[in-house]
Amino acid sequence: MQARLSATDLACRKGERLLFAKLGLDLGPGDMLQVRGPNGVGKTSLLRILAGLSRPFTGSVERTGEAGLVDGRHALDTERTLEDALGFWARLDGNADMQGPLDTLGIAPLADIPTGYLSTGQKQRAVIARLLLRKRPIWLLDEPFAGLDADSQSLLARLIAEHCAAGGLCVFVSHQSVDLPAQNLDLAEYAA
Amino acid sequence: MRAFAILLRRDLAILLPGGARGSAFLPLIFFLLVAILFPFAVGPEPSLLARTGGGVLWVAALLASILPLDRLVAADREAGVFDQLALRGISEEVAMTARLLAHWLSFAPLMLIATLPAAALLSLTGETFWRLFVSLLAGTPGLAAIGLVVAALLASLRGGTALAGLLLAPLAVPLVIFGAGHLARDDISGALFAAAFSLVVCAIAPFAAAAAIRAARD
Repeated sequence: MQARLSATDLACRKGERLLFAKLGLDLGPGDMLQVRGPNGVGKTSLLRILAGLSRPFTGSVERTGEAGLVDGRHALDTERTLEDALGFWARLDGNADMQGPLDTLGIAPLADIPTGYLSTGQKQRAVIARLLLRKRPIWLLDEPFAGLDADSQSLLARLIAEHCAAGGLCVFVSHQSVDLPAQNLDLAEYAA
Repeated sequence: MRAFAILLRRDLAILLPGGARGSAFLPLIFFLLVAILFPFAVGPEPSLLARTGGGVLWVAALLASILPLDRLVAADREAGVFDQLALRGISEEVAMTARLLAHWLSFAPLMLIATLPAAALLSLTGETFWRLFVSLLAGTPGLAAIGLVVAALLASLRGGTALAGLLLAPLAVPLVIFGAGHLARDDISGALFAAAFSLVVCAIAPFAAAAAIRAARD
């Protein structure tokens, strides 16, 4: 299945305020898009619309392939150990192999620590491990580099590059310049 | 169905007594506290206690069922669990059905067992004890279902716990009337009405709670 993500004439409204309008994009296999823009311009809202979690004010989104979302919320049970919390998602993802992603992200030694005790960066690595549990053609990442140390940042950049090289597509929001051959979308240009 | 089993397993691991969240004993303790305090307040006369005790325990059960509502849905909403489930094609209705079952299991069975010491503290007769047991068995699923909807409605509000009581109590009035009414009658119509009301709200609750979660998603 070819990964595809296209949007036409998107507009997003938050309350009474129109955040952006007339936004269109068309991404295919191997495409990488970095979304930039000042705070409050609607980057997170755009990702949620692309993920199908919120409805756009106008326009439509077409997705071919399953989407994986990484946003600011970890969705892991803070009272349970990392192994149990992540194991829940692994079972939902068809009894996916958990050890591989845990090793890749270097968090296998943390498996029996309650998720609530993990640092921000460690939690973020766990969230990325969840993204790797199953092959999802479309990656939607909201500030995926936030909280990660330098090594983990370059690891994530490599993971994104490998994902796109394997025919996936990736939209990520980041303020920092990332060493990736990504197209740029400055959301401020579409601000209403 | 497989997803439902996985969700239920997680909910039970978190909510059950001895589970990860560790607040499951609160309703039980509250329920027993009422049974202990009531004789101190109205005096130790056995006939008075026996006449009023069953109703008091019903009200205690209702109020105790409010205690776990605080984090029942709000924690998952804040952590983005429902969004991640939605991306995997698992609807909020399925998640809420599992949650309803786990919520009931987390407080009701223990409370039903605690009815025995509570009945002894209030010197209820054996017959009243059984009537109370049966009517609570019929009514607690309804309390759990109303509680779930209230928790889902308030999940996006700050400090919703205080409101939970205000919202749950009026909705649960029919349960108290039928359930406690069963104590005073010779037939089982009261318990049957309570059970019928429970079934109706249990059937509605997952859909109402799911709609509340979706409406709060923006």
